[in-house]
Amino acid sequence: MSKVKVDQNAADFIYMDDIHQPTHDKNLWNARMKRDTAASGIPEWEQMRDLASQIKEHTLTHLDHYVQQFVTEATKRGVTVHFAKDDIEHNQTVYDILKSHHATKIVKSKSMLQEECDMGAFLEARGIELIETDLGERIQQLSGEMPSHIVMPAIHKTTADVAELFARTIGTDPNEDDPKQLTEAMRNNARPKFLEAHAGLTGANFAIAETGAFVVCTNEGNADLTASIPPLHIASIGIEKILPKTKDLGLFIRLLSRSALGTPATRYTSHFMGPRESGTEMHIVLTDNGRSRRLGMEDFWRSLKCIRCGACMNTCPVYRRSGGLAYGATYSGPIGIIIDPTFDESKFSELPFHSSLCGSCSEVCPVRINIAEQIGLWRQRMVNINESSKTLHYAFGAVEKVFANPKLFRLAEKAAYYGMKLTPNWLLYHKKLNAWGKHRELPEIKKETFRDWYIKNRLKK
Amino acid sequence: MSSLEELLAAIRQNLPAQKVDYPEIPTYEKQGANLKDKFIVNLGLSGGESYDVGSIDEAKEIMQQKLPDTRVTCSATSEWEGSKSIHDIAHPRELEDVDLGIIRAEFGVAEMGMIWLTENSLQVNSLGFLSQHLAILLDPDLITENMHTAYRKIDFQASTYGCFVMGPSATADIGAYLVRGAQGARSLTVFFLKQQI
Repeated sequence: MSKVKVDQNAADFIYMDDIHQPTHDKNLWNARMKRDTAASGIPEWEQMRDLASQIKEHTLTHLDHYVQQFVTEATKRGVTVHFAKDDIEHNQTVYDILKSHHATKIVKSKSMLQEECDMGAFLEARGIELIETDLGERIQQLSGEMPSHIVMPAIHKTTADVAELFARTIGTDPNEDDPKQLTEAMRNNARPKFLEAHAGLTGANFAIAETGAFVVCTNEGNADLTASIPPLHIASIGIEKILPKTKDLGLFIRLLSRSALGTPATRYTSHFMGPRESGTEMHIVLTDNGRSRRLGMEDFWRSLKCIRCGACMNTCPVYRRSGGLAYGATYSGPIGIIIDPTFDESKFSELPFHSSLCGSCSEVCPVRINIAEQIGLWRQRMVNINESSKTLHYAFGAVEKVFANPKLFRLAEKAAYYGMKLTPNWLLYHKKLNAWGKHRELPEIKKETFRDWYIKNRLKK
Repeated sequence: MSSLEELLAAIRQNLPAQKVDYPEIPTYEKQGANLKDKFIVNLGLSGGESYDVGSIDEAKEIMQQKLPDTRVTCSATSEWEGSKSIHDIAHPRELEDVDLGIIRAEFGVAEMGMIWLTENSLQVNSLGFLSQHLAILLDPDLITENMHTAYRKIDFQASTYGCFVMGPSATADIGAYLVRGAQGARSLTVFFLKQQI
């Protein structure tokens, strides 16, 4: 797989126009502020983060036990559980279930695991008609793009973009750009598809070992429509979604949507404990796809605690600027940086360098994943396996020499002043050379260095 | 395809050596909280409305004023008779023409303004999601404080499906504008009323 060129992708977004990037930034920061308000309203918030982290670490360090218990309990409730070691097995299993039920029209609610496995393309290539029912996912499906955010898949698009897309794909009036009317148009477009679907596919936010139940959180109610009408429900669940007990949900439901969007919870928190009525079936595809291997990575296994709230993305200054598509992966933002390379170190080698290491992600993570620290460790790993960018490699090599030598450092300070003076703006802010330059002026470099000033003003006295 | 044994073997091969204990989880109950008041405020945050009523007729009248164009009503509770009988439903999709669905909630959660529904209260699960609008009956004495106390109340063996519903369906996926009435109910009205036996 060829390397994802994050800087170039980011530049494409930043330089698109003067609307997309600032709007993206504003909307995500707004979500972050709402998260802060919601969190500050709960005195036990920080303790809840500690407990949620501990429950996840407990589960992951005893994962064999809890997987076994979950499978036993779900099976008792009449659910058929399948096992997939990777994306290929996952997709094939889903397809085989659909085929044995002659199901060719399916509706699905949002599942990051199904995205990760690129299931949509696999099924469509085999003649399955598949409709995303989460509005953001549907927008992305119609645009042929990956989700750019794990909670708000189309947040990089403006209302005008969606108006244009819907006019082109579902026949709305191209001049209709009221979000309410566009949402209504999609509601009316999706309704008949729910009614005639042969099967409904969902993911899961949590799976409970104690009862074999799994939980799906949505705001639209689309997972419930997906599961309550067709006679067949297939849920794709990653092994890291398991929690030991029902009571754990109290903690995680309180944390999830407050961290994601600043709302107390999602509008629908749906629990599935078995097939709906006689004549209907429920299947779970319990999927590994690199998770067990990640569990064995000493520095990185804690990324498996992630509950996919997206708080780290909303707060990340780099993500807010570059947009999620820049990461070229199912998981973008800070959490993507530490998960994606476990799938392909070479393809995603530039991701760990796409961070300011400000640490804000670790501060908002509801399960206290040491995201920023892991980004630093991934950088080391990329340098060690020689996958880091050569330009960066030489640049940092040079910086190391300069910083280690006082004389060279002084010379470099002076050179920076003259360098900045002499470099024309078209070069300093060139899109290809500096993707981050737009709307950002470099600070003026003074001719007098701090050292000069100190010697003149303080040293004698 | 893989087997459970293969999956477990892959996990065991990679389990972190240092084990972490399972913690005690408090229920964070606060002394003297007025649960009904909290419920009303939090329901309002998600766009739901609530009324104290003395009878089903009073609730019907309020809904008639709010939604005068309602034609098809369907009720999952014998207290309120709808125009369409839920007992005659052969397939869940037959509820697609329902303007107003009426359901008695099993309990409410003050912290979130949520109500708990299962197939026992829904009769046909799709009633909760195909109905254009929802009227929910809730016994004000059946409001629990928060999610911790809520999960203590639920018997997962007693149903195959259960859902916490918090106000009407919503999305902000287009330009981050909040729109109510995404795929599920466009509005949700709670009536505080004890079940008449």
